[in-house]
Amino acid sequence: MAVAIHIKNTKKQYEDNVVIRDLSLDIKPGELFTLLGPSGCGKTTLLRMIAGFNSIEAGTIAFDDKVINRIPVYKRNFGMVFQNYAIFPNMTVYRNIEYGLKNKKLPKEEIKQRVAEIMETVQITQYKDRYPDKLSGGQQQRVALARAIVVKPQVLLMDEPLSNLDAKLRIEMREAIRDIQKKIGITTVYVTHDQEEALAISDRIAVMNKGDIQQIEAPEQIYLRPYNTFVADFIGHSNRILGVVKEQSGGRTTVRMPSGPDIVVENLKPLKKDEEILVYVRPEEFTFEAEGSGIKATVLVKRFLGKYIQYIMDCGLGYNVEVSADTSSAEHIFSEGDTVYLGVNTRRINLFDKQTETTLIEGVESNV
Amino acid sequence: MFKKGYRFDFWSFMTVVSLVFFGLFLIYPVIHLVMNAFQSVENPGHLSADNFIRFVTTPYYRGAVWNSVKVTFIATILASVIGVSMAYITTNFKIAGIKALNIAIIMSMFSPPFIGAYSWILMFGRAGAITKFFANFGIDLPPIYGFNGILLVFTLHLFIYMYMYTKGALKKVDKSLDEAAESLGDHGLKKILKISLPLVTPTILSGGAIIFLRAFADYGTPRLIGEGYTTMPVLVYNEWLSEEGGDAFFASSIAFIMIFIAIVVFLLQMYFSRKNYNMSMLNPPVAKKIKNPVGAVFAHLYVYLVTFLAFLPVLYCVMLSFREVRHGIIQTTWTLDNYVQAWNKMGRAIGNTFKYGIIAIVVIVVFGTMFAYITVRRKNIFSRILDACAQMPYVISGTIFGLMLLICYNTGFSFQTTFSPDMAARIANERTVLILGHVIVLTKDAVNILALGGTGTIIILSYIVRRLPYTLRSSASILRQISPSIDEASASLGYSSVPTFFKVTMPVMTPGIVSGAILSWITLIQELSSTLMLYNNRTATITVSMFQQVSKGAYGVASALATILMVVVVLSMLLFFRLTGNTDVDM
Repeated sequence: MAVAIHIKNTKKQYEDNVVIRDLSLDIKPGELFTLLGPSGCGKTTLLRMIAGFNSIEAGTIAFDDKVINRIPVYKRNFGMVFQNYAIFPNMTVYRNIEYGLKNKKLPKEEIKQRVAEIMETVQITQYKDRYPDKLSGGQQQRVALARAIVVKPQVLLMDEPLSNLDAKLRIEMREAIRDIQKKIGITTVYVTHDQEEALAISDRIAVMNKGDIQQIEAPEQIYLRPYNTFVADFIGHSNRILGVVKEQSGGRTTVRMPSGPDIVVENLKPLKKDEEILVYVRPEEFTFEAEGSGIKATVLVKRFLGKYIQYIMDCGLGYNVEVSADTSSAEHIFSEGDTVYLGVNTRRINLFDKQTETTLIEGVESNV
Repeated sequence: MFKKGYRFDFWSFMTVVSLVFFGLFLIYPVIHLVMNAFQSVENPGHLSADNFIRFVTTPYYRGAVWNSVKVTFIATILASVIGVSMAYITTNFKIAGIKALNIAIIMSMFSPPFIGAYSWILMFGRAGAITKFFANFGIDLPPIYGFNGILLVFTLHLFIYMYMYTKGALKKVDKSLDEAAESLGDHGLKKILKISLPLVTPTILSGGAIIFLRAFADYGTPRLIGEGYTTMPVLVYNEWLSEEGGDAFFASSIAFIMIFIAIVVFLLQMYFSRKNYNMSMLNPPVAKKIKNPVGAVFAHLYVYLVTFLAFLPVLYCVMLSFREVRHGIIQTTWTLDNYVQAWNKMGRAIGNTFKYGIIAIVVIVVFGTMFAYITVRRKNIFSRILDACAQMPYVISGTIFGLMLLICYNTGFSFQTTFSPDMAARIANERTVLILGHVIVLTKDAVNILALGGTGTIIILSYIVRRLPYTLRSSASILRQISPSIDEASASLGYSSVPTFFKVTMPVMTPGIVSGAILSWITLIQELSSTLMLYNNRTATITVSMFQQVSKGAYGVASALATILMVVVVLSMLLFFRLTGNTDVDM
């Protein structure tokens, strides 16, 4: 039932502006696949190419084996949830959901039953006779979702569906979308610029930048083992520190840090001695060490954020680093002006080649 | 020009339809008119500036330009002053009975200006009721004819447009701006001049240009009340239909000059309306009570007086329609005779008005909306041409429009031929043979295509070409406010573009389209100037018949016709208010 989407060497340009140069991607049947990236990275453009709203200048897009390049939008058999929901303002909730089914020449009874079922699934049965202007954002979102999936499309496309909702509703809806998607097992392409949303909802994520895919991976992998510095910078926040390879032997690499003691990292690709490399340390990958060991740092700013505490520190690097500590596990909450000693969690940090800015960790692939 | 994979779909087809339509009935006539303007009747077929030389060197013609510009300009200034002050007072201060006043004002706006001219003549003309009344006491009132009369009628009609535009703009000025000005020490007139007026100045300027264009194009008023005071539309009409035989070339030259002046004003209008201020609308202005009792009395007096003067012609005309007229003299007895006569004599005109109006409005709405879709959602070189076409009717007055269509389609495209003896006999027998209505007309030695002279079709065509652009533009602005994603949503649910348009896009636009259509309908059934050029006795409309009656001095039937027309207008307006839920007309 669920289809795979194969995108091969596709290209998109507006006039002289090439938005997508040469992009290939395979989406597995039934998975929730997210296109994640900053605005202007081409993620929505790609989604609209799959939908058929944008033309494809080169390459092919196929649902299973069927190339859809030349198939007009209305024959492609996909459902779409739009950023602004695009609920028909002239129809009630019921009519909106029924709209796609009426085109399929189904028996009236079946239409009725399927609309009723889907309204139950997305929990909007009680609003069925309301017009869209009498619905809240979350309710409109549910109508949009119901309308898209009630026709049992092969593919579901979602274009930043949660960006118009407030923070609490966003979390609630993202769980609802995830549940419903799994229940009906439909291949879904989800576009967002919100990394947290992407991590929470996706089976796999493709991080995009300037029309190219940087890495395709499951959420944990994307976060823990980013393929290049773009992914590392885009997802979460990292402190970028320039280190030098001191020696490499027996699968262990010793890296000299600009301040504080050397660090030893396992599982790195072969490196030359004295080669400069990029050491990426997330705020939570710092550890607080006993006085006199590790990197000496001074607390410049302390922000208490509830679940965790954020510090801006001066480690004598010429720039400040961000360090965070879990409130529940923090033994001591430091104040501005305090001197602390920092270590790094060497199993968690990421290291990148200075020239290519790609990962130095063995076994991490971009999967592009 | 076409991208790879371009599909010739329904919208491409509609684009072709629109371009053919505008090409045939707008572009081609304009080109023909311009070409005519540069030929003279003595030497047709050769380029010459003879007409313009004749125009410039003849004081009578030069005078008409001056007359037109002078009366239009002064009327625009007066109408602006009255309109803006009325708008300011009614927006900011409580005036007792403002709702009734508004209805009276809107009713006056939707009555054709020449009814105003006609009523004023009946009251203040040589044999006017009020003139006679004062003559009894030996008082001679100043004459209503000529410059004064035109100015009076124009001012009292056109200030309403300015009132509407300015009121719309003032309603969008956030109250807190006013309060901010006061908190910074400006109050009274100083505040008005420094804050309130500057904020709506773009609207006032562009509104001024619009009413200038309206007055400049008006034929009925100067014709009726102008007497010796000839303005340009009257000149065009006279030159075309003069007794010594019309001179299409010379009439075209005058039209050319008129269009030129109108384009200048229109460009000014576009320039003015470009820079509008955007303001937050958190605190809309609220009408306050005037504290100073003297001020309150003056404000009321002013508003009531202006409204009364604007509404007086309508009132008088309605009253007159129930008065008996004997031997051309208005009696003091009441009667329904005028209506009976109007129905008996003018039944066909009433039928024509409705027939032409309804056909035109249906075509305008259906095609105007689809053309709007093309210009907004299918952007390409052709839709830009279409958009440009839609600007043209703003600068071409009704009289010129009539002239253009007549030049091109009175006898249509004519091809000389000789027919077979059978056919010739048949043509001789029937005089003309019509194929597909008037699309192809055979006469004894020629095949004429689109020979529409004297048909209802040519009148309907002129209505469509003149009004469709307004619908196109208003529909386009509605469409721009509708997110394209609802079209896409429909496509994703399996509907191709045509069903999507009729099931989703058009229904969403409907409220806007319907209200626009009603306003168009109101202007159509009152159309005079182009119909006057195009009608014959079988295709006369209410306004044309009325105009003839007034010209003949048959006031009874004319006022009955005018009243019938106004009743239709009022009913249409009530429908408009009902459908839009407004109590005001947003211009």
